[in-house]
Amino acid sequence: MKKSEVPQDDGRVFEKGSRELYYALDEQGEYTTALSTGWVVKNEIQDQTMVVLQERIDHAYEELRAARVSPIVYFMELKRMDWQILSDYTGIWKWRIKRHAKPAVFAKLSDRVIRKYAEAFDIGVDDLKKYSGEECK
Amino acid sequence: MQIKFEHRISAHCENGAASSLLTNKGLAISEPMVFGIGSGLFYVYLPFLKVNHAPGLSYRPAPGWIFNRLAKRLGIKIKRRKFSDKRRAQQVLDENLSNGIPCGLQVGVYHLPYFPEDYRFHFNAHNIVVYGKEGNEYLISDPTMEAVKRLTESELEKVRFAKGVLAPNGHIYYPVAIPEQIDWEKAIRKAIKKTCKDMLAPMPIIGVRGMRMVAGAMRRWPKKVGVSKANYYLAQMVRMQEEIGTGGGGFRYIYSAFLQQSGKLIGNDKLLGLALEMTAIGDLWRDFALEASRVYKKRSNQEDVYNSLADRLLQLADLEEAFFKKLKRSL
Repeated sequence: MKKSEVPQDDGRVFEKGSRELYYALDEQGEYTTALSTGWVVKNEIQDQTMVVLQERIDHAYEELRAARVSPIVYFMELKRMDWQILSDYTGIWKWRIKRHAKPAVFAKLSDRVIRKYAEAFDIGVDDLKKYSGEECK
Repeated sequence: MQIKFEHRISAHCENGAASSLLTNKGLAISEPMVFGIGSGLFYVYLPFLKVNHAPGLSYRPAPGWIFNRLAKRLGIKIKRRKFSDKRRAQQVLDENLSNGIPCGLQVGVYHLPYFPEDYRFHFNAHNIVVYGKEGNEYLISDPTMEAVKRLTESELEKVRFAKGVLAPNGHIYYPVAIPEQIDWEKAIRKAIKKTCKDMLAPMPIIGVRGMRMVAGAMRRWPKKVGVSKANYYLAQMVRMQEEIGTGGGGFRYIYSAFLQQSGKLIGNDKLLGLALEMTAIGDLWRDFALEASRVYKKRSNQEDVYNSLADRLLQLADLEEAFFKKLKRSL
């Protein structure tokens, strides 16, 4: 890539006030660096990824509203986690988390266990407990 | 308290952190040299490992390897530590800062407040340098950012003790000794040989063979997992490839710059020509990404799109196989 071809298609990093560094060739064929505000290809890929993540969150939300899953599943998706990551953050085994994903089991959880989840999700214990799905986000 | 430290933006975090730390310690070394001598160019396909709900793919060796290999080849000593105790982790960092030692840290990006929302995934192999502390705020040189940043004690603790795959466990590192004399030619030869060996490895998931395996898998995606999931897999692949200057095109350009700088340093003209050849391959990686991004616009002929992308990947594998064979002979 030539220095003049370094894309300047304002992207996500630029929106946060920074640019990205590229290595590119100058007119003499020597390597130099140039700053880029973003690349349209990356923006499209990011958008696509965000759409899919939102779909996962929306789906979890519907399941929560329909009382098919506990708030744990919804927050897990909202925080871009999976079973393993949640297990690593809480120190609770995956099979136990999957049990806690059932609304009936979740309702009987002690505050001590709920607190572990609340800390992992960065929300209050009561927020997680009383979460009925009405106050999304 | 602030240590004299020059923040520089780099294309990739581990190279950038290593380059800044070494420059600060008195060994001026560019990012491409770190990347090249650390044998940073790599390719591995890990279909059994799901990352963000898609098959795992990496364009670089495991975190820390680039700096470790570089250190070994140049005779640099690095001190590395991990912690189980968060308080101790902060204590050691604070002690180093008050002794005037800027420190590299491995961190998770999910909780980094200055990162764009779209980039905040549970990815734990990011690298930053801490070069000072004011009140309860740390001064941060993030190699992927144009400007320096600040993080509070609790924010830094959170990213240092992020959980999940490759959890950093407070990982801190800094160079402690740099040799007087460095045999650049020997280091460069060793590094290039290693990269050639990796990219031409007789293993189905590594190097050019890994690319061919991915190409084969891609053709089957639309049928095997359905179009929407296939599109998601593809997006993750390109994200890994072009994200913040890493992976496909970005890495090829850094490697080209390394070949050019090395060719001049050790007086090997063949490397200069190969640098331009690698640049052309980098351009093709970017074309691949561009073609892939078009999948999301047109909805028809999905299977054709995957076939043509797979063909492009096969072409890249062929070109790189020829390239690395030539590179191996150029020494």
